[in-house]
Amino acid sequence: MFDHIDLVKAVFGRLTLESLPLHEPIVVVTFIVVALGGAALLGVLTYFRLWGYLWKEWFTTVDHKRIGIMYMVLGIIMLLRGFSDAIMMRLQQAIAFNGSEGYLTAHHYDQVFTAHGVIMIFFVAMPMVTGLMNYVVPLQIGARDVSFPFLNNFSFWMTVGGAVLVMMSLFVGEFARTGWLAYPPLSNIGYSPDVGVDYYIWALQVAGVGTTLSGINLICTIVKMRAPGMTMMKMPVFTWTALCTNVLIVASFPVLTAVLALLSLDRYVGTNFFTNDFGGNPMMYVNLIWIWGHPEVYILILPAFGIFSEVTSTFSGKKLFGYTSMVYATVVITILSYLVWLHHFFTMGSGASVNSFFGITTMIISIPTGAKIFNWLFTMYRGRIRFDLPMMWTLAFMLTFVIGGMTGVLLAVPPADFVLHNSLFLVAHFHNVIIGGVLFGMFAGIAYWFPKAFGFKLDPFWGKLSFWFWVVGFYFAFMPLYALGLMGVTRRLRVFDDPSLQIWFIIAAFGAFLILLGIGSFLVQIYVSIRNREALRDVTGDPWQGRTLEWATSSPPPDYNFAFTPVVHELDAWHDMKRRGYERPLGGFKPIHMPSNTGTGIILAGLATAMGFGLIWYMWWLAAASFVAILAVAIGHTFNYHRDFDIPADHVAGVEAARSRALAAPGAHA
Amino acid sequence: MVRNLKSLVVLPLAAFLSGCNFVVLRPAGDVASQQADLVTISTILMLLIIVPVMALTIFFAWRYRHSNAAADYDPDWDHSTQLELVIWAAPLLIIICLGALTWMGTHLLDPYRSLDRVSSNQPVPAKTAPLVVNVVALDWKWLFIYPEYGIATVNDLAAPVDRPISFRITSATVMNSFYIPALAGQIYAMAGMETKLHAVINEPGTFEGFSANYSGAGFSGMRFTFHGLDKRGFDAWVAKAKSGGGDLSREAYMQLERPSENVPARSFAKVDPDLYRAILNMCVEPGKMCMSEMMAIDAKGGLGMAGINNTMPLTYDKQARRGTVFGPGPAYVAGICDIAELGGEGPQDAKPRLPSGPVVGAGLPKPDLARVSLPPLERATYLIPRLEKNS
Repeated sequence: MFDHIDLVKAVFGRLTLESLPLHEPIVVVTFIVVALGGAALLGVLTYFRLWGYLWKEWFTTVDHKRIGIMYMVLGIIMLLRGFSDAIMMRLQQAIAFNGSEGYLTAHHYDQVFTAHGVIMIFFVAMPMVTGLMNYVVPLQIGARDVSFPFLNNFSFWMTVGGAVLVMMSLFVGEFARTGWLAYPPLSNIGYSPDVGVDYYIWALQVAGVGTTLSGINLICTIVKMRAPGMTMMKMPVFTWTALCTNVLIVASFPVLTAVLALLSLDRYVGTNFFTNDFGGNPMMYVNLIWIWGHPEVYILILPAFGIFSEVTSTFSGKKLFGYTSMVYATVVITILSYLVWLHHFFTMGSGASVNSFFGITTMIISIPTGAKIFNWLFTMYRGRIRFDLPMMWTLAFMLTFVIGGMTGVLLAVPPADFVLHNSLFLVAHFHNVIIGGVLFGMFAGIAYWFPKAFGFKLDPFWGKLSFWFWVVGFYFAFMPLYALGLMGVTRRLRVFDDPSLQIWFIIAAFGAFLILLGIGSFLVQIYVSIRNREALRDVTGDPWQGRTLEWATSSPPPDYNFAFTPVVHELDAWHDMKRRGYERPLGGFKPIHMPSNTGTGIILAGLATAMGFGLIWYMWWLAAASFVAILAVAIGHTFNYHRDFDIPADHVAGVEAARSRALAAPGAHA
Repeated sequence: MVRNLKSLVVLPLAAFLSGCNFVVLRPAGDVASQQADLVTISTILMLLIIVPVMALTIFFAWRYRHSNAAADYDPDWDHSTQLELVIWAAPLLIIICLGALTWMGTHLLDPYRSLDRVSSNQPVPAKTAPLVVNVVALDWKWLFIYPEYGIATVNDLAAPVDRPISFRITSATVMNSFYIPALAGQIYAMAGMETKLHAVINEPGTFEGFSANYSGAGFSGMRFTFHGLDKRGFDAWVAKAKSGGGDLSREAYMQLERPSENVPARSFAKVDPDLYRAILNMCVEPGKMCMSEMMAIDAKGGLGMAGINNTMPLTYDKQARRGTVFGPGPAYVAGICDIAELGGEGPQDAKPRLPSGPVVGAGLPKPDLARVSLPPLERATYLIPRLEKNS
C-alpha cells in the first residue's frame, strides 16, 4: 500500500535539486552576491544588537508613519531588482543583432521581462504609492493613526510576503515566462507546466490581500477620521486623490483576486475557464484582468497627481488654482477608468462600434486630465516659484507627461492601435506615463515629505544630479522606442534580424545606463543626507512654508501626531492657521489613547507566504499546516486584550516641551 | 547664424533618420496607409493643445521664478470662471474632433469589413473576388493555406498587387497576433476562434510579417516574408509551390504543428481541403469532437450528464504535458461526426457586420435576425439518441 508513496516527493513536492538554477551562471553569481550581501547585513544587525530594536520598534509597529516608511524601503529595494531586469533587457536587445543570440536564453529572457513588469507595478509603484498615502494622509487630515492600525501592519507584511515569493523565484525554481499579465492559454498548465506561473499567482494573491485591506483601511480613515471642520471640500487634494485611489483599489483588486483564483483552479484542479478546449475561453481572462488592470494605472497615477498639486501650490506660494474642478476631475477619472478596459485589446476582433465606444471613452479621460494640467499651470501663474527638488520633478512631469498623454490618446484611436498595439511605441507610451507620471511623482513626494519623516532635508546636490540623470536618461531610453515602434518593431523580442535597428537599441541602452546613474545618485543622496543631517536639520516642522496640516506638527511627528486635534476652518488649513497667528498649545495636555504594537501581522504574513510556497511546489503538508496555523493565529489574536494604551499627559508635555526648546534655540528658523 | 545652426542640427538628424524605414508611417498597402494617415492627423490635432501647454509651462516657470521680483504675485488668486471654462472646453473640443474621426475611422477601417477600394483613387473592380488566405499560428511559425489554389506555405506569404486579400485567422496554440506592418494593422490569432482581416498590397516588394503577441520561447523567430507580386509573378509563385511537392494531409499537419523554432519557408503542393476547418474547430486529431459539433449539441441543450462519458483519455499531445495535479487525467471529447461530414463553416461570426460601401454616419444597422445562422437542428436532434445508444 505504501510502496508508491514517494517520501521525498511527499515532503518536497516537485522541488528537486534540478529546480535550483545552478546551470544559469548569471543567476548563480547574483545569488552569491545577494547571499554575501544578505549575510553581511544580518551580521551587522546582530553585531549591533539591532534585532530587538527592529522587532519592537519597526516590524511589530502599528504606527502609520513607520509602516509608511517601511513601504517606501520595500519599494526602493524592489526598484533595484526591477531595474536590474530592465538593464538586462536593454543589454540583450542592444547586442542581439547580426546573428548574435545575445547573452540571455529565451528561458531566462522571458522570465526577465515578466518579472520586470510584475515587480515594477506590484512591488515598486504600489508600495511607494501606498507608503506615501500611509504616511501623509493621517497627518493631512489631523488624525493620530489610520482607522485600523493592526490591519495596516498586516497589509504591509502581506505585500512583503508577495515580494518575498517573487524574489524566491529567482533562486528556487523560476518565474513566469508569460508577460506580466500572464494571458492564458500560455499561462495554463498545458503551455506553462512549471512553477513560474504559480509563483506569479501566489505572489500576487498574497500581496493582493494586503493591498485590498490597506485600501479599505485608508477609505475608512479618510471618511471617518478627519479633523473637526474638515469637510470633504476642505480636504487637501492629495487626500482626495488618495481617497479615489483607494476606492479604485477596493473596487478593482477583488477582480484580480477572482481572475487569478480561476486561473489557479484551471492549473490545479483541471477546470476549464480559460483553456482552449472544453468550452474554456481565454478572452474572458483578458477582459477580467484588464477590468482590474486599467483602473490599476489610475490607482498609481492619481496619488502622483495629488503630490504634484501639493507641490505646485506650496512652491508657487499660492493657493491651488481651481481646487473644485481638480476634485471633480479626480472623481471623473475614477469613474471613467472603469469604462475603458477594452482599449487594451482592440485587436482581438471586437466590432467597430465596440472599439469606437471604448476608444472614445478613453479619449474622454484626457479632458479631466488636461484640466488638471491647466490647473497646475495656472497655479504657477502669478506665483513665486521656488525651484527646490520637488518642484523640479513637477516641472519635468508636466513636460514629459503631456507627451505620454498624447501618445496614449493616439493609441486610443482603434485604427492607429491596430498598427501600434504591442509595439515598442506602446512600451514607450506606458513608460512615458509611468516613469514621467508616477515615478517622478514619487520622487517629488519623497523629496517633499522626507524632512517631515526624518527632521532633515535631502541633500540638494545629489538630488539634482539624480534628477537630471533620471530625466535625461528617460528621454534617451524611451524616445528611440517610439521611433522603433513606428518602424514596426514589436515588443518582447529577444533577437533581431534587421541590423539598421541596432543603433536605436544602443541609444536606449545608454539611456538605461543614465537612469542607473540616477538611481545611484538617489541612493548616494540618502546616504549623504543622513551623514550631513545636522547641517540639513529642520526643527520648524515646516521647511517649505507648507499649507496643509502635516506641516503643523514637528518633524518627525511624535507618535501621537498632534497633541491636540486641530480644528479646520479653511482649505489649506495650516496656511490659514499661520495667517491667523496660530499659537502652539503649551499646556493642558491630556493622556492620548493609542494602539499597541503586535507581532501578529508579520506572523500571519509569514504563514501566508509559507502557504503560497507550499502551493507553488505542491508541498501539500506545508500548505495545509500553514493554513491551519493562519486560522489558529488569527483566532488567537482575537483573545489578545492588550491592544491599546494611553500615552500619559506628562509624557506628552515632555515631548512638547522638548519641541518648544528646539524651536527657541538660535538658528531654528534659519 | 541661426540658420547655420539649424542645418547643423537638422542635417545629421535627417541623414540619420533617412537610413530608417518608418514602415508604419509609409506602408505599401492601402489599409495601412489610411491607418498611417489617421496616426498623423490625430497627432497634429493633439499637438494643437500639447505645444501651447508645454510652451506655457516653460514660460510660466521662467516668468514667475522666485528671483523675478518684477512679476506679479497674487497668492490668493485661485479661481476664474472664464479660465475654467476655457481649460475644460479646449480639450473637449479637440476630443470631439478626434472622437468623430475615431468613429468614422474605426468603422471604415474595421478589419472585418471587405474592401471597397484598392487605393485612394481606385475602387475595387466589379466581380473581383478577394484572394482568400487561411492563416494558422503554430508554435512558432505561420501556416498559410490558399483554398483557391489548394496549396499551403509555412512562413512565406504572397499576394498579387492590387487584389483584395481576405485573411481568415486562427491559432492552433496560444494567442499570437498576425501583423504585416507594410500591409495592414494586426489582428489576434486565437485557438477555436476565427478573426478576419481585409487588406490589399499596392506596391510590389518583399515585406516583413511577424507575430506581435508574445507566445513563448520561439516567439522571436516567428517571422515570415510577405511578397507583393505582379500577376505574372504571383502565378509563377503559385506554380512553384505546386511543383515543389509536399502533401499537407492531417497526419503531416500534426507533425508540422509540433513546436519548432526559426522555421525556414516551405510549401506544400497539396492540402487536405478540410484541414483549415478542422484546425479552427480544434478537431484535426482523429476522433476528437469538433467545436461546431459541440456548439450544435449545446445549442440543443447539451448532453447533460451523458456528456461526461463522452470523453476519451488523451493519447496524442503536442504539448509537453497536460492535466493537473488534482484534476482528472488529460482527456478529449470524442467526436461523433468527421469534419467532412459536418459541413458549414464552423464557429459562426455571431454579429452581422456592416455592409461594405462608404459609412454614411448611420452607425449600426438594425439587428437582422435572418443573418444570424442557427445551428442545423435536424442534425443535432439526430445525434443525441445515437450517442445515448453508444454510452
